[in-house]
Amino acid sequence: MIHIFQAYGGTLLYGLGQTLLCSLIALIFSLIIGTFFALLEESPSKIGRRIARAYIELFRNIPLLVITMFFYVVFPLYVVKMNGFTAGTIGLTLYTSSFIAETVRAGIQSVDPGQMEGSRSNGFTYWQAMRYVVLPQAFRYVIPPLGNQFVNLVKNSSTLAFVGGFDLMYQGNVIASSSLETMAAYSAVGVLYLIITMPISYYMRYLEKRLA
Amino acid sequence: MLQNFIDAYSPDNLRYLLGGLWITILVSVVSIIGSFIIGSILGVIRYVKIKYLSAVVGFIIDVIRNLPLLLILFFTYFGLPNLGVKPEIIPAAILAMTIFESTMLAEIVRSGIQAVDSGQMEGARANGLTYWQGLWHIVLPQALVKMIPAIVSQFISLVKDTSLATIILLPEMLFRSQIIYGQNTNYIIPMFVAIALMYFIVCYLLSLLSRYLEKRQA
Repeated sequence: MIHIFQAYGGTLLYGLGQTLLCSLIALIFSLIIGTFFALLEESPSKIGRRIARAYIELFRNIPLLVITMFFYVVFPLYVVKMNGFTAGTIGLTLYTSSFIAETVRAGIQSVDPGQMEGSRSNGFTYWQAMRYVVLPQAFRYVIPPLGNQFVNLVKNSSTLAFVGGFDLMYQGNVIASSSLETMAAYSAVGVLYLIITMPISYYMRYLEKRLA
Repeated sequence: MLQNFIDAYSPDNLRYLLGGLWITILVSVVSIIGSFIIGSILGVIRYVKIKYLSAVVGFIIDVIRNLPLLLILFFTYFGLPNLGVKPEIIPAAILAMTIFESTMLAEIVRSGIQAVDSGQMEGARANGLTYWQGLWHIVLPQALVKMIPAIVSQFISLVKDTSLATIILLPEMLFRSQIIYGQNTNYIIPMFVAIALMYFIVCYLLSLLSRYLEKRQA
């Protein structure tokens, strides 16, 4: 395995960079979209709740690969041309945002309703109370599950390999087929994935214990 | 456009796609049963804290959980031949899914056991049962009931994840839809609609089941 690192170190690092880049972009956007839909689902508006529910159920129940392939195959034909990296990142964002929406919603629900009532009776509007009182408390509960979502995100970013996203997995395949040492090449890729995912999931487990 | 849909959903194509759904379900069901058995053993080993063994098992579980399933698929299908074993496509897919999911189920089993009140074990021990008898007859049955909704959720992600096995040419739905629209590009949108709908129906019904079970317990 070490000679794989020696011979293909640059390729692997490039792949690692693409994987991290795509995961971070997808994390930022799915946090924004996910929080938006979580708020919409907890909002007083009935139509808003329906829309949020539909969005979450839609993207939770369709495989990530089908969503990604949709953006890679269908979009360029009818809407706009995009490369594999973009299509993969969009798919990843939409898929993850539905899970983040569920996580954030659970966080909002875990905040004592008295907090909302108290701030409303102190003259806050609904959205002010949400923004300044409820959400900050909700996010504290939500950090460990969000960290686990990020681990999933990094793992799921391997679907970029299907659409030519030049991520770690893609480079692993390239190396496996050019060096013919499949086991060693995939082990090297595995080690690099673990370097990202293991510390995060151990840290999140530590946080979970401390919060409990 | 409408004509494309009508043409794409010819009885032959639909039967071909449903055959893919059947393979998806077959692979998922076999894998979940295998992973439940292996995962329970691993979860119990991790829970009971046998010297060295539990730490090693725990580390292996953490390693596999933190790897992409796609990588494990590559290991079983492209890696194993390097070591002299050449599995067929369906067994390779089932093997990869089982390896990956059993680590997920191990964690579910462990937290299920932890969720059982410790007084249950103490009561069992006080009544003369050994530790393992208490675990097997008293704690595990109660833990199992608590775990069922989580296992159903895990099954949903398993069903979705079988689509990854397209890459090793497992003839499931996504793979078959690609074959159909590969012959006629007008069929691309109808095919995507069809498979998205089929996955959605299967997974949504399962998620309703999981939510119902969760509510009944609360």
